[in-house]
Amino acid sequence: MSENVKQLIKGNEAAVYGALMGGATHFFGYPITPASEIAQGAARYFTLAGRHFLQAESEVAVINMLYGSAAAGARVMTASSGPGMSLMAEGLSYIAGAELPCVVVDVQRAGPGLGNIWPEQSDYNITVKGGGHGNYKSIVLAPHSAQELCDFTYQAFELADRYRITVIILADAYIGQMMEPVEIPGIVLQGQRKDWALYGDRESRGNLVTSILMDPQLQSEHNWMLQDKYEQIAREFCLWDEVETEDAEYLFVAYGITSRICHSAVEELRSKGIKAGLLRPQTLTPFPQKRLKELASTGRTIISAELSNGMMAEDVDRIFAGKAECERFCWLGGIIPSVQDIVERVGTLARGGTL
Amino acid sequence: MIVKEKPKAFYDTFERKGAGEKVTHYCPGCGHGTAHKLIAEVLAEMEIQDRTIFLSPVGCSVFAYYYMDTGNIQCAHGRAPAVGTGIRRTRKDAILISYQGDGDLAAIGTAEIIHAANRGENLTVFFINNAIYGMTGGQMAPTTLEGQKTLTTPLGRSPGRDGHPIGMSEVMASLKTPVFIERVSLSTPGKVLKARKVFRKALENQVDRKGFSFVEVLSPCPINWKMDPVEARKWMQDQLEPLYPVQNFRDHSEIPTPADDTLPFLNDAALIELLQTGGSVPEPPSTSEKLEQRVKIAGFGGQGVLSAGVLLANYVLARGYQATWLPSYGPEMRGGKANASVIFSTREIGSPVVAHPNVLIALNTPSLVSFEQDVQPGGLILVNSSLIKEKVSRKDVEVLEIPASEMAREGGVLATANIIMLTIYLKHRDLADIRILKGILPGSVKRKEAVDLNLRMIDRALEYYERMFS
Ligand code: SF4
Repeated sequence: MSENVKQLIKGNEAAVYGALMGGATHFFGYPITPASEIAQGAARYFTLAGRHFLQAESEVAVINMLYGSAAAGARVMTASSGPGMSLMAEGLSYIAGAELPCVVVDVQRAGPGLGNIWPEQSDYNITVKGGGHGNYKSIVLAPHSAQELCDFTYQAFELADRYRITVIILADAYIGQMMEPVEIPGIVLQGQRKDWALYGDRESRGNLVTSILMDPQLQSEHNWMLQDKYEQIAREFCLWDEVETEDAEYLFVAYGITSRICHSAVEELRSKGIKAGLLRPQTLTPFPQKRLKELASTGRTIISAELSNGMMAEDVDRIFAGKAECERFCWLGGIIPSVQDIVERVGTLARGGTL
Repeated sequence: MIVKEKPKAFYDTFERKGAGEKVTHYCPGCGHGTAHKLIAEVLAEMEIQDRTIFLSPVGCSVFAYYYMDTGNIQCAHGRAPAVGTGIRRTRKDAILISYQGDGDLAAIGTAEIIHAANRGENLTVFFINNAIYGMTGGQMAPTTLEGQKTLTTPLGRSPGRDGHPIGMSEVMASLKTPVFIERVSLSTPGKVLKARKVFRKALENQVDRKGFSFVEVLSPCPINWKMDPVEARKWMQDQLEPLYPVQNFRDHSEIPTPADDTLPFLNDAALIELLQTGGSVPEPPSTSEKLEQRVKIAGFGGQGVLSAGVLLANYVLARGYQATWLPSYGPEMRGGKANASVIFSTREIGSPVVAHPNVLIALNTPSLVSFEQDVQPGGLILVNSSLIKEKVSRKDVEVLEIPASEMAREGGVLATANIIMLTIYLKHRDLADIRILKGILPGSVKRKEAVDLNLRMIDRALEYYERMFS
């Protein structure tokens, strides 16, 4: 078949396509709305493609299967949503401690508790700041379209292998459930043999995968090494996208579905003569803080827009350390703002009003 | 056979205590040392040491990897069977030993052990039952005997408060899938020799890919039982073994090995082809004019609301537009109402949410009631007049009334009202390329025998449009 074939698929399905093209060999899953289509798609396509799919008894088991399979050298993934992410926190921490490469797609829904199945972006803290116990981080990629869900998942396996780290693709219910045209990457990737992994053969017999270091000195060295690694990643890899930022007097910072809505709001505001722009972090860890600082240095109003109580806004605030004004537009519970709502709020600010 | 030398599957030194120190970290008289030694001997004897990956648990034996000169992985508390499953699905030829204590396997990890056993994972589990928590200092375990005093049952375990002791071999035997289940004891040299045979059998089963083998090992913990090693062994015989009978519960190793579960192989080209099935190379847009349509299709479940949206999105995609499709999903999808939002545009699409449609296709009365007021001034409302008797009250929108359900019924299938509405909408907005629409349709219709019917409905809709509206 020729290239540039586009097909209309759900974001969730696009993650499966990206994974297969990115060389994922193993998917372990447990269904949860609004991420279920990823496990369903993986069951179908992984199996048809001669890869492995297994439905586990719980998210606790899922993440430990990832741990085992990654330790045995495979390119592994799973997908879940808020409540499932909470259950996986333990395993994610062990994976970080043992430095195993894993890929996790989190299609966020509203919480806390069972919450509901509509979109929130309230898994920000548990993905961007670690989530399990211990001093660790993951790489967090935030797609805003089905195409990016495909592309980020594709890229995630290379990143995970390169840095021996968990890569989380942080989507949300709308990005996962909407259908859009997707073009799959042209080349199928696959992992290499890893000298630290357990292959069940003579060569790898001496290998040990563990996260315990009883000696505080050794644990300390290990933990500082991990911090160095996170800093190295921050230096080498950071993605973002900009819309009309150069002369923007009102600069939205938003990711995922919120960034799509803000994008429309920017167009609407511009048509009304209000200079708005959008900085869309594509990596939430590392956060594009350098670029944000540059943009903020010129005295514009920064608006952190998100479907959470301001989890990202706190990071944005910290980046400015009081040097710029930062407004918070927050929605909770699965409420999606309309473009109009945002436009009106910015209009109020532009007229010198308060929200 | 009594082996005097150290088994070859052991490391020479236990690095944990500092290089060169040849001391174990287990307490004197502990059963772990014996169990480790049996495993190490059998591994060497069976010449599978190179292939073995040892899964260390949380508990006293957490440092098993300092002893076993095999591949080693340390698992979170109770999760070894899940970790083992992950490795098993990755390395078919590896020999996996899940070594778990009674806190690990019978308390925190019950779900993982039961489900790994029930899936018949080809692995060997050694379950060390010493009726108490060792590492944390002697608290109650699920296996603690009735009346047994521990740090957390100071008056003795009370079944009324703490439940009865769990016999894990018996629990395992209630599952159909495990191939081999046996309980052994380390209380006497004779029983240790018997245990050694069972250990070997449980590993042979794995080499022969028989499935899941479970060996429960009654093992002394003199320290936390507050006994010397000799007393401890006597207590095992007097107290532990009557409650946990030493016996074989199942041996299905003679039953033929399950069929091979090898998956098909797909080369890269075939994979790409599989993933691109149903896709197409979009045509360049036929017009350079800016166009953006925000369409809301609404009705009740079963009217093909979501699929009409998918068909529309696929059609406009083939015509070179950007497109998004967003369903109402979740619980409300299972109830009566359904709606789909489709946006298509000559430019990149921001929000996929259609709060203010410029096109509303209303298939039933509640949809019209719900969304009429949201339609943009100057927008278009298509009303399924077969089911909607109410009139559109807005004066600032264009309205087309189409008896779609009637037309569909006359045509033979009620569920084609969606296609009729869609066709008329496209025609009315001068967006209909019937060749492309008909080309897309077969991929969107689930029942193949319904394709022709749907194609005929497109013609019927066009004919109706010519007659009524042009
Ligand atoms: S506490 Fe008990 S189980 Fe643990 S090492 Fe000591 S004797 Fe063995």
